[in-house]
Parts: sequence; structure tokens; C-alpha cells
Amino acid sequence: MSTSSRGSVAIVGVAESDLGEAPPDTSPLDLMAQATSRALDDAGMGLGDIDAVFVSSSQLRMPTQNLCEYVGLRPRYFDSTNIGGASPLTQLAHAQAAINAGLCNTALIAYGSTQRLVSRSKTTPTEEFIYETAYRPLLPVGAYALAASRHMFQYGTTREHLASVAVSTRQWALLNPVAWEKKPLTIEEVLNARMVSSPFGVRDCCLVNDGGGAIIVTSAQRAKTLKKPPVYVLGIAEAMSHRNISCMDDLTDTAAVLSGKEAFKNAGLSPADVDVAELYDCFTITPILFLEDLGFCPKGEGGRFVSGGRIAPGGDFPVNTSGGGLSYCHPGQYGILLLVEGARQVRGECGKRQTKNCEVALVHGNGGVLSTECTVLLGAAATV
Amino acid sequence: MEKIEDLSPLAAYRHYCRQGKLAYQFCPDDGAVIFFPRTLSPKTGSRNLEWRVSEGLGTVYASTTVHRRGEDPYNVSLIDIDEGYRMMSRVENLNPDDVKPGMRVRVRMAMDDDGQPYPVFAPEEMSK
Repeated sequence: MSTSSRGSVAIVGVAESDLGEAPPDTSPLDLMAQATSRALDDAGMGLGDIDAVFVSSSQLRMPTQNLCEYVGLRPRYFDSTNIGGASPLTQLAHAQAAINAGLCNTALIAYGSTQRLVSRSKTTPTEEFIYETAYRPLLPVGAYALAASRHMFQYGTTREHLASVAVSTRQWALLNPVAWEKKPLTIEEVLNARMVSSPFGVRDCCLVNDGGGAIIVTSAQRAKTLKKPPVYVLGIAEAMSHRNISCMDDLTDTAAVLSGKEAFKNAGLSPADVDVAELYDCFTITPILFLEDLGFCPKGEGGRFVSGGRIAPGGDFPVNTSGGGLSYCHPGQYGILLLVEGARQVRGECGKRQTKNCEVALVHGNGGVLSTECTVLLGAAATV
Repeated sequence: MEKIEDLSPLAAYRHYCRQGKLAYQFCPDDGAVIFFPRTLSPKTGSRNLEWRVSEGLGTVYASTTVHRRGEDPYNVSLIDIDEGYRMMSRVENLNPDDVKPGMRVRVRMAMDDDGQPYPVFAPEEMSK
């Protein structure tokens, strides 16, 4: 064991809300509460067991208060960290710290969004940063497009490499009954899709869905007494580098280098120990960057790494087994669904898309415009 | 007019833009150049920042063509300015898809809808 926090807490309940397109007049809280209720059932727990609540949202300014009011909780510890898509992962880090500090016993982490129902522009208010907004980039996609353009220039990454990510992820989605996309996708279809912000066409971009999820986290000691096998947090670390893309030092080099190094150190593991990776895929460049920055391949080799079906079903290294934000569901802060899938893979609950002998899952979340990164290593009982 | 050091960082930047100048900040404590303009150095914490004017030359670091429905595609780039800082801008005077990393560019002022000048760029060989 590398640190005292290794395996000190475990995920004991996970759930998605209904995903895809919510019925008219659904609120983000309806979806959060639905996922919460399902996650508690999954854990064999009730609302009375929860004494800490962590919620993030793009639609609600004080989401933890909203959800606690809705489900009738008065937690003794709470947090509404909002750093974009990785928020639920950073909240897992904060929940681990709070549980280990004795500030709470069992934490609920929840997220929900109706961004498809109400439209993205109404979900996320435009944020003025005049040194960028004067030039009208499409954000966030334009920021990731700039990173992709630099990666292509510096390392010879191609649009076909990017398309390989979309195609492999789609193949996983076809194995997931609740995935939004139901039809196969080819490289040519990705390349010929309507352009959004070059080098990205619309198939390089994540979905815009309604949906949410919830996870229940408790101490390792408590976890052993519950309904399902605990999914231990072996290592978790977060790192932040900037807010605006024009302030990022090197667009091909993300703070995942730091979060990954620290998470592996905490866990006493290396990339070779990872059986499945769930990597935030808001755009096709991000799994390429994170495979490099987390140490699965050398810097600059990510495009070649993802080619030829390596990360697809049947490939050497399974990535984004749910079908990802690109083809399964992207409700805004997608990190919560990455954690749900990572935990289910470790439990062996994933049916047709289950990876073989999965004992260690790496879950990596990204927030803002490659601004904040959080890496989590989850493990089965045998790894603790 | 007010002294430049009495203006907010953005107001001072825009003041230079109205004179056709691309300005940035300089920290005399460690010689760092700073952009976007702010009230202290993000490296040393010093509040003792000076304004400097760039020669207006730079190199495209990264580039994208934005496709908004119902509009002509346009360029958005990150430019590495020769004095040692990076900024977002737009490269004009050529097909947006032809703007590539490595391209040398020179600043000029464009006008926003409120009549405020702001810096854009054009390829160096075309702007002479």
C-alpha cells in the first residue's frame, strides 16, 4: 500500500437516471432524485443513511441545496464544486477526504441535466472573457479544436485518427442497451459529417442529452456490510491548469499528467495494471490526449494508439465501454456516468460489453476546456 | 485624460488599441511578460506592472475554422506574439482553412459593433 487513503473508501451504489431525452417539463432535480433513489436501491441503503451530499449542475446555482430540499436531506457535510465535466470525480476525491477526516460516513454524489429539453444555450450562460469572446470561438468545442489542430501539427495526428475514436466508441455503444446511438458508424461518415469547428465535424463532438446519475460512497469498513461487492477507490487525484484555452501553456499537454501520476502513486499501480479505461470524451481528441498523458502510450502516439480497433470491442485495450459521451449519453457534466460505468465494470455487471477479468478500472474526468483533470483508480476486493 | 495606471486593466488595453497599439504588461521584478492584462503578476504576485507595446508580429500556434449556421466560416487562432506571450485572435485576408500553425502574422486593428478597435492579424507577407 502506498498511502493510507488507498482503499479507505468504496463506491457501494451506482445508478443512471433515465437517459437520452426527458419528457416535457422534467427538471434536472427529477433526474437527480431518480438516480439517487436507484443508487440507494443498488447499495441496499436508504436516504437516512446519507449524511453528506455533493451535487453539481449547470442549470442550478446552488444545486446541493436544491437536491437536499427535494429529497428531504439535511446533511452534515456538503459541497457544490463546479469545475465542469469532472465535477463528480473531484467530488469523489473530496468525499474520500471528508469520510477519512471523520466529517461524514456516507456520501451521495449526484448530477442531472435537461440540457436537451431546454437547449444548451439556456442551460449554460455565456461567460464573457473579452480577450476571447471578441473573436467568437464556439465554446467549448473550439477550444478542443485548437488543441486538436496543434496535436495534428506537432505529432502528425490525422482526422482519421480522431475518427477512429468515434467509430470505436460507437461499437461499444451498440453493446449498451441504454445508449443513445443505435446504428454503426464508419470512418468516412465521421470525416464527411457537417463541420463544426475544424478539425471537428459533428461526429467528433459529444451528444447533447438529458440525463444524470448518482453514486453512494462510504468507508471500506461499512462497505463490506452492504448488498454488493465494494468498488474500492485505490487512488484519486485532481489537477488544475487554467480556465481559458488561450491561457493553457501547451495545448498538447494536459494536467492529466499530474493527476494521473498522483493517482497511480496513491494506488501503487501503473498503467500496465489497468484493465479498462473510461476517459472523458467530449470530443475525439480527448481520449488521445489522456491515453498519452496518463502513460498508456508516449506523447504524440495517441492517434496511432487508437487506430486499428485497439480501443474497440475485441481490441487489446478497452476504452469507453459504455459508448462514451460520443455515442451513449452526454448530459453536460458527463463525469458521473464515467464513474457509474467504471464501477460496473469492476463489479462485472456490464453484460455484452463486460471486459474480461476486470479488477482495475481507470476513470478520468476533464472539466472546462482541458482546464481541470481528475483521475480515479477503482479496484475490486482482490486489489486491496 | 486619466493616467494609464488609474485605468482598469481592460480599459488600459483598450486605450492602447484606440491608438492602434497592441499592448501587454511587463513585470520588472522578474522580466515576465503578462497577457491577458491584470492587476498583479501571476508569477511573482507583484502589483508593480508596466505597460509595453508589442511590435505586432507573431506566429500562429493553433487554428480552427468556426462553422456557425447561417454564417460564412471564419478563423479563430491562438497567436504566439514575438515578445513572449500568447493571445486568441483571428487571422484575416485568406481562406480560414488556410490558416496553419507556424504561419507568421502581423497585427492590425478591426472595429467591434460598439466602435472599439480590437487586434486581429493578417499573414505577414500580405500585410506589407
